[in-house]
Amino acid sequence: MADLEIRNLVKRYDKTEVLHGISLDVEDGEFVVFVGPSGCGKSTTLRLIAGLEDATSGEIVIGGRVVNNLEPKDRDIAMVFQNYAIYPHMTVRKNIGFGLRTSKMSKTDKEARIDEVAGILGMTDLLARKPSQLSGGQRQRVAIGRAMVRDPAVFLFDEPLSNLDAQLRTQMRLEIKKLHQRVGNTIIFVTHDQVEAMTMADRIVIMKDGHIQQVGTPAEVYHKPANTFVARFIGAPSMNMLSGTVADGALRLGSGEVLELGLDAADGQPVTVGVRPEDLHPGAGPALVRGPVTVREPLGHETLIYVGAEGQEVIAKADGRTPPEVGEEVTLTAALDTLHIFDAATGNALR
Amino acid sequence: MTATEIRPTTDALLKTQAPKKPMNTGQFIRWLLLFLGGIAMVMPIAYMISTSLKWPHEVYNLKLIPDEPHLENYTYVLEDGRFYWWFVNSMIIAVITTVCNVIFDSLVGYTLCKFRFPGRYIVFIAILSTLMIPTEMLVIPWYLMSQQFGWLDTYWGIMFPGLMTAFGTFLMKQFFETVPDDFIEAARIDGLNELQIWWTVAMPLVKPALAALAIFVFLGNWTAFIWPLIVTNSVEMYTLPVGLSSFGDEADVAWELIMTGAAISTIPTLIVFLIFQRYIIQGVVMAGLKG
Ligand SMILES: Nc1ncnc2c1ncn2[C@@H]1O[C@H](COP(=O)(O)OP(=O)(O)OP(=O)(O)O)[C@@H](O)[C@H]1O
Ligand SMILES: [Mg+2]
Repeated sequence: MADLEIRNLVKRYDKTEVLHGISLDVEDGEFVVFVGPSGCGKSTTLRLIAGLEDATSGEIVIGGRVVNNLEPKDRDIAMVFQNYAIYPHMTVRKNIGFGLRTSKMSKTDKEARIDEVAGILGMTDLLARKPSQLSGGQRQRVAIGRAMVRDPAVFLFDEPLSNLDAQLRTQMRLEIKKLHQRVGNTIIFVTHDQVEAMTMADRIVIMKDGHIQQVGTPAEVYHKPANTFVARFIGAPSMNMLSGTVADGALRLGSGEVLELGLDAADGQPVTVGVRPEDLHPGAGPALVRGPVTVREPLGHETLIYVGAEGQEVIAKADGRTPPEVGEEVTLTAALDTLHIFDAATGNALR
Repeated sequence: MTATEIRPTTDALLKTQAPKKPMNTGQFIRWLLLFLGGIAMVMPIAYMISTSLKWPHEVYNLKLIPDEPHLENYTYVLEDGRFYWWFVNSMIIAVITTVCNVIFDSLVGYTLCKFRFPGRYIVFIAILSTLMIPTEMLVIPWYLMSQQFGWLDTYWGIMFPGLMTAFGTFLMKQFFETVPDDFIEAARIDGLNELQIWWTVAMPLVKPALAALAIFVFLGNWTAFIWPLIVTNSVEMYTLPVGLSSFGDEADVAWELIMTGAAISTIPTLIVFLIFQRYIIQGVVMAGLKG
């Protein structure tokens, strides 16, 4: 087990730079999830850590050792691929044992280790099967077993759950998390599913276009998003974005409402005000949004309402029993401390 | 095995199916074409066997059923020591060439498919373009080369042009495309070297292609005629096809003996096919499960 450090990592393919100098510290035993839209460089980062690609510049340090010039096998890592990468011509036992092929363990020790891993994953009865005789979830477990068997310092997962159906994904999510609590190795997990990121991670790394946008615990990135991108990316449904301007430390909204927030910004500066649907509801208080309800989405204990205002649709949460009717004019409000204020030009958080 | 004997069974087959689904003209034409194709395939073999059972004076009588069928030709060919020589020669050459092709073609095909290196495309095109040169054109340079190196009348001389083929390389390259890169990278992370990855991960996954290649190369070399004829001088170095064609004397070609030898020499090809056919079917099954 070991910590992982990335310093100023740059990756260029020919002329296009896909990673623009990212830096990150991962502590020993931490579960870090990389999340971001497609093409933002998550897999590339993982492949650089694994040694499947060479870094253009920057350093990767695993357990205090710069590994840039080491072969993948010497980096003390194991990787689980999206398509499992388990071999169809080998039994489950052979597949799990594959990671030990080059190890110097004795044959009996290897067998014992395979049995131990199969036990942890609940696959003892399946060892003699071929992958074609397994379900998707079982195949995924074999892939994880194959990575586990070597007890690497760092586990790398590249969207390992994206080929599973929703129910199985939830189940495997839980299993991987339990597994992490049990074995305690450092895990870097890539996904583009923010729910996966929120539920599994100790810390989330949010990436966009080859830059890290924010690193933080799930609570931090949810409650204190560093910029509008993170704010909209984390949480579902996405955060509502309203526009406003700063006037004398107060915030003037499109609805005409002026909120005394004590903002530390120049007079007249345009800002973006973010408010999560779960914080926004019809009622008395500062009127953030006024408009007609266009759509209702009953969820049982509550109802999502879509309200047309300022040329966009704002999503809010209403009581499940007596939600406003479609077409009804509503005034939406929220507690002032739930508002997120961003610089409209740069998108960075002001508060 | 005459046409008249086959037709009733086919007719019977058609009749049993008829009530379920009446045959339309298109289907009938398709069946008819397949049937004629089948006859065309079977006739030469039928004549080969038939001729091998005839006496010399009957050979030019094209009756399919010999008047007095006998096995004297088989006894003669099998008791003639030369036949064994040629059989062994052909076997050695076909087996070695097949093994070499399976290994070298797939090594080169794998490299061209899975590694990015400068000039890769040019190498591939260069290999492919050799497919356009017919053997007849190559025979003279091969001969001159063999003469210079002293390879005439040796196994090596017979084999060297075919130890690797452009077609096999191309075939294998295409098949390695079906092996996901993840498989290779996973093995790399697990610490295998590139040669081990090729052998333990990639090769088992292209078994069907290897089987097809093996059948193809074995048959090609087992039946090769022109080059072995040119490069060999001594009777002991002949391969089966060259040897068989020398049966008889200057005045008369002993067709019944040639056909007997040919009939015997089809046996190994049948065996090779039966062995590797299994893998081809396996491959189809595997491909079906992948989805
Ligand atoms: N071999 C390559 N050559 C050139 N560009 C590449 C190569 N591999 C990846 N890229 C580019 O690098 C960028 C990042 O790719 P990467 O695979 O890391 O994205 P990702 O975040 O994993 O996305 P996804 O969620 O779709 O897997 C993309 O724009 C991609 O086009
Ligand atoms: Mg990816």
